[in-house]
Amino acid sequence: MSQFAQEGLADWAAPILAGAVTTLQIAFAAYAIGLLLGLVGAASRLSPWAPLRALATSYSTAVRAVPELLLIILLYYGGSQALTALMNALGVAGKVEISGFVTAVGVLAFVQGAYMTEVFRGAILAIPKGQLEAADAYGFSPMARFRYITLPGMLPNALPGMSNLWLILIKDTALISVIGFSELFFTVQQAAASSRAYFLFYSVAGLLYLLMTLTSSAAFSRLERYVRRGEPDISAQEA
Amino acid sequence: MDFSWLSDPYYQESLWTGLINTLVLLVVSAVLGFTLAVGMAMARIKGPRPLAWLASGVSIVMRGTPLLVQLFFFYYGIGRLLEGIPGIRESMFWGILRDPFFYATLTFTLSVGAYSGEVLRGALLSVPPGEREAGRAFGMGPFQVFSRLWLPRAIQLCLPTLTGEMILLLKSVPLVSTIAMMDLLQVANIIRDENFLTYEPLLFIGAIYLVLTILLTLCLRQVELNFPGVRAQARSGGWLSRMRQPRPA
Repeated sequence: MSQFAQEGLADWAAPILAGAVTTLQIAFAAYAIGLLLGLVGAASRLSPWAPLRALATSYSTAVRAVPELLLIILLYYGGSQALTALMNALGVAGKVEISGFVTAVGVLAFVQGAYMTEVFRGAILAIPKGQLEAADAYGFSPMARFRYITLPGMLPNALPGMSNLWLILIKDTALISVIGFSELFFTVQQAAASSRAYFLFYSVAGLLYLLMTLTSSAAFSRLERYVRRGEPDISAQEA
Repeated sequence: MDFSWLSDPYYQESLWTGLINTLVLLVVSAVLGFTLAVGMAMARIKGPRPLAWLASGVSIVMRGTPLLVQLFFFYYGIGRLLEGIPGIRESMFWGILRDPFFYATLTFTLSVGAYSGEVLRGALLSVPPGEREAGRAFGMGPFQVFSRLWLPRAIQLCLPTLTGEMILLLKSVPLVSTIAMMDLLQVANIIRDENFLTYEPLLFIGAIYLVLTILLTLCLRQVELNFPGVRAQARSGGWLSRMRQPRPA
C-alpha cells in the first residue's frame, strides 16, 4: 500500500508531458489534413457537378449528425476491416494493420474535415462574386485565382470558424484515449489508476488542456488581426 | 454483416433502456443547464464582483477543457474524494453520490451552463437598453422587467445558437459510457462483446443518433417558430420572416 502512496506527480511528469506532445502532434496532423479535406469538401459542395455535390453534402451532413466518440470507435474498429476488404478486393492479399497514431489522426481529420467543409463553404460564398469574375476576366488560372483571390478573400470570414474547430479538435483528442492510444489523457488515466490520486491527476489533465486552448485562442486572435489587416475597424466605427 | 442480435428480446430491452437513459440525461441536463446559464450570464453582467469572477472562471475552465476529462474529474476525482469522507457511505446521499447518472448530469449541466451562458450573456447585452427603460416606465419592477422583457428578448436574439447547443449536447451523451452509465453506446459495446462483433452494433447506434439528431432539429425548429414574438415578426415582415412565410389571414 505504501508503494502506491509514494507514487506521485513527480514520477508521472515525464510520461504525461510526452503524452501532451503526442496530443499536440495528433492535433496538428489532423488539423492539417482536416483543412485539406475541408477545402476539397467545400469546393465539391460548390461544384457545378451534381454527383460530387451530393457526395460532399452527405459526407458533411452525416458526420456532423453522429457523435464524435461513436465515429471514432466506429472508424477505429470498422476502418481497418473496411481497408482490408478493399485491398483484398483490389487483389492485394493480407491484413491491413494501421498504427494507433495514424488511426487517431485519420479519424479526427475525417471528422474535422466535415465541419471544415461547412466553414469554408460559408466563407467562400461570402466573397463578392465580382472579384472572382474579375480574376477570370484577367485570365487567372484556377490555381492563381484560388491563391490570390479566393484564399485571401475567404480567410477573414473563415478564421473564427477555423479557430473554433481547432479548439474543438484539441478537446476531441481526449476521445482518442477511449480506443487505447496513449496520448495525454490516456497517460493521465494510467497515472491516476496506478497512484490512486484521481483528483490530482485529472486536475492536472484539465490544466494542461486549458493551457493549450488558452494559448491557441490567443494565437488565433493575433492571426485574425493579421488577416484582417487593411479592413476598416468596425468597433471603432460604432464607438 | 450480422444483425441477428436485433431480434433478441433481451437486447431489444437493453437498447430501449439505453435510449431512455440517453434522452433523460439530455432533457435533465438541458433544463438544469439553461437555468444555470441564465444565472451565470446574469452573474457576469450584474452580479457582485466575486460572483462575476466565479462565473467567468467556471465558464473559462468548462469551455477550455475536454468534456471527457471533466466527466472523469467529477466521477473519479470528486467521487473518490467524497468516498473518503467518513460517514458519507452510511448517509442517505450515498445512493445518489455513487450513481454515474448524478455525475453525468452535474458535468453536462455545468458544461451547458458555461457554453450557453456565454451565448446568453452576449444576447442579454445586445437587447437595446431603451426596451428595459420602457418596462420601467410602465411600472414594472426589476424582476418583472427581467422575466417579461429582458430575458425573452435575449432568448429571441440567440435562439438558433441555443438550439444548436442542444444538438451538441445530444452528441455529447455517448461520453457517459466511459463512466459506466447505460447509454446507447454502452449497450452497443456490451452487444459487441457478447456477440464478438466489431462494428454492426455501432452502425446501428449511429443510425439511431442520426434519426435522433434529425428529430431534435425538427422539434427545435418548431420551438424557434413558436417562440413568442417570432410569429408576430414574421407576419409583419421583420428580420425573422425568413424563418416562416406569413400565414394567410
